[in-house]
Amino acid sequence: MTIQLTVNGAALTVDLPGDVPLLWALRDGLGMTGTKFGCGVAACGACTVLVDGAAVRSCQMPIGEVTGQITTIEGLGQPGNLALIQQAWIKHQVAQCGYCQSGQIMQATALLAENPAPSDSDIDAAMQGNLCRCGTYPRIRAAIHEAAQMMKAG
Amino acid sequence: MANWKKITRRSFMVLGAAVAGGAAFGVYKVTEVPPNPLQAAAGAVPLNPWVIINADGVTVIAPRAEMGQGISTTLAALVAEELDVDWAQVRVLHGPPAQAYFNAGFVDRMSNVPDFINASAPKSHNAIMAAVPKIFSMQLTGGSTGAIGGFEQMRLAGATAREALKAAAAQRLGVSADQLKTEAGMVIGSQSFTYAELAEEAVALVPSDVPLRDPSSWRYLGKPMPRLDMEAKSTGTAQFGIDTWLPGMKFATVRMNPKRGGAMKGFDPAPAMDIAGVEKVIDLGTGIAVVASNTWSAIQAAALVEIDWGHADYPTDSEKMMVRIERAFLEEADSRLRDDGDVQTELAKGGLIEAEYRIPFLAHAAMEPLNAVAWLKADGTLEIWCGNQAPIMTRDACAAAVGLEADKVTLHTPVMGGGFGGRTDTVPAVLAAKVALELRGTPVKVTWSREEDMTQDYYRPAAIARLTGRLDGQKATALWGKTAVPSAARNALNRMLGFAPPGPDRGSVEGGFDQPYGIPNYRYDGHISDLSVPLGFWRSVGNSMNAFFLESFIDEMAHAAGADPLAFRLELMEATHAPSAAVLAKVRDMSGWDALKRPGFGRGVAFCYSFGTPTAQVLEVQETADGIRMTRAWIACDPGLALDPSIIEAQMTGAMVYGLSAAVQGAITFADQQVVETNFYDYEPLRMQNTPSFEVAILQNNGKFGHMGGVGEPGTPPAAPALANALFDLTGRRGRSLPLGQEFDFAA
Repeated sequence: MTIQLTVNGAALTVDLPGDVPLLWALRDGLGMTGTKFGCGVAACGACTVLVDGAAVRSCQMPIGEVTGQITTIEGLGQPGNLALIQQAWIKHQVAQCGYCQSGQIMQATALLAENPAPSDSDIDAAMQGNLCRCGTYPRIRAAIHEAAQMMKAG
Repeated sequence: MANWKKITRRSFMVLGAAVAGGAAFGVYKVTEVPPNPLQAAAGAVPLNPWVIINADGVTVIAPRAEMGQGISTTLAALVAEELDVDWAQVRVLHGPPAQAYFNAGFVDRMSNVPDFINASAPKSHNAIMAAVPKIFSMQLTGGSTGAIGGFEQMRLAGATAREALKAAAAQRLGVSADQLKTEAGMVIGSQSFTYAELAEEAVALVPSDVPLRDPSSWRYLGKPMPRLDMEAKSTGTAQFGIDTWLPGMKFATVRMNPKRGGAMKGFDPAPAMDIAGVEKVIDLGTGIAVVASNTWSAIQAAALVEIDWGHADYPTDSEKMMVRIERAFLEEADSRLRDDGDVQTELAKGGLIEAEYRIPFLAHAAMEPLNAVAWLKADGTLEIWCGNQAPIMTRDACAAAVGLEADKVTLHTPVMGGGFGGRTDTVPAVLAAKVALELRGTPVKVTWSREEDMTQDYYRPAAIARLTGRLDGQKATALWGKTAVPSAARNALNRMLGFAPPGPDRGSVEGGFDQPYGIPNYRYDGHISDLSVPLGFWRSVGNSMNAFFLESFIDEMAHAAGADPLAFRLELMEATHAPSAAVLAKVRDMSGWDALKRPGFGRGVAFCYSFGTPTAQVLEVQETADGIRMTRAWIACDPGLALDPSIIEAQMTGAMVYGLSAAVQGAITFADQQVVETNFYDYEPLRMQNTPSFEVAILQNNGKFGHMGGVGEPGTPPAAPALANALFDLTGRRGRSLPLGQEFDFAA
């Protein structure tokens, strides 16, 4: 079954059954592996992408039902052309294993778009669905505050 | 190394005889230099097994695998320090399976003498032991040894490469090399050359030994270096094993017998074949693989295959397993690694303090589920991509599984999405190789579902401990700890090597026998249980168990003595090991220990000397309307020489979070011989909102200069007892069973 998706501004075609979740269409169908598989049940947040700017768990969204613009970590910024939030992540040396960080960054991107100056409890509320087994939470928190400052400074 | 198992077994026996007889071990093997596995390619000239000179910089080949601990950055910094390259010119890759990448640091983990005594002993006191990692091609990442093993090796790799490049320039200029200097990837003299220009001429000029630079001149070491993997990991461009993507590849998953070790009596693949995208169901002997056009369809289909599972040879449920473990107390202790003074005489005086503690099995639950990509090519060679901690062993196991010689197998070790000890086993790569055998010519990615990853793990063992102590006034005069536990090391080594070395099992008593408490009568025993649940190495191994037992019990003794629990520890340690006492004093001061005690709050302290690094933690908890919260944590550690303070801080923090996750709600339980917990909703780690804030202090007093302790694991052992001790302080209730969430109401 051929399905059209708009990913990072590009119209792409994927040939997979319509009930396959977006996560697997990105990873296995399109070879876009920046979005990660962690649990398959929306319990870890590793697969978080933006659909029309809202953070969603791509492991729970059948491709046959996706409407809207999909943004993945690849579309946020790349080496040499980093988004502010990625610069903040690097400045605070957040990642350890790094596996959850695509999802963390996408979730934080959605938070900052909605709330440009989040408090610690705003961050707790927004980020509680994103697991990190390396325990990078304190540096994630610092990087989100940093990104908010950078965005404010323009 | 066609038959790794056989060679290793024989060699261990020879080694045993050599050590026992005090004889010199085959001298030629000890001094032999392993061959360089790297081959030159266009624009890439290897000068030794660790340094490749490229047109635009250098590539450091890391002998240890990166699973988040930052080791690739520190190993590269060791090379760069001597090689005189700018940090922006440095790349790092993991090396192929090869003896050259043996881990010299494992020597530090081969002694049954407590580390706090070893730390002040001369380094190469036993040449036979020091040669073991090389002789046995121990290309292993584990035991918090990466920087220790690389400290001399990687600096020497950089220094010899630098001298070779200088010698090449000296030849060109007709001057002596000592008239030249090096800077930012250039040799500078009357004329200057880039390293790339000189590399091919330098190949033949690499010296075997050169003096290393004085630490006072270090530019990179001891400083927080920007991690070389940070940009890739912040942009989704880091290539984990699970991200391997080859044209035409198929996607598969496995479903193995949940009654671990049991047979598969039969299966019906028909229901799976009805799922769109499914192409094949493969018989793997004790389970099946499903191959599909995408991973999700494979996972859905695998669940539908009707399988008749045979039974495991262990008890049906957790309760019966604990009864089995408890039975080990009836046997004589087989791992008594500490027996100071005369415990029995002292305890016979009566007035004893006694307690029993229980802990459950634990899963590793790394964020990246187990996976491997395998491709059996038309020319009969096998290529594998699999994040792993033991490349030579993994390659050889894959070769054996598909009937190839090891030299026909290429193994890549990509970065790992967490390891925590859970990627030591060869199982993922071997099963992928077996799937590839059925798909000859087509690459296949095999991904474990989270449920399969969790229920097919090799677990941290469950255990029971009984401790008895005696006080004379406020002073501890005796301590006898007994841990009953199935041995993780014997279980894992039997599975991976087909044998386990005889003798006491350090892993079952570490964290208990080896602590710098100057209790005059101090005995610590391991009673190894015969329970056969599959076990593995879990971050900090036995320390994660015994630190909970010992540090909870020391706290109980302090309270029985009416003493401050931190001061009680400090007094027992001061005369025994000053650097350990110093980390306790540091954590007291930085946490404002005395002021932490106030209504509505609890404070707990714990200590553990593990992997060469004494580490003390204080944790604050608060009673709130939503339940108990962990609010703030303080860590003081002393790894001796601290190579990268930012990475050490991250490891200490992350390791404590890992320990607290397990302490609050981590438990793997069994029912009907199968693991009950399957995903993060019933094996729930800490999240952003219930993780405390952290402050970390790194002291550098331990051992002589150059002594290094590990940093990846020592932050885990004190976490659980610090929490239990804080909860006692808050509530007056002593939690003697993990996870503590069963008895205490934590805020979600």
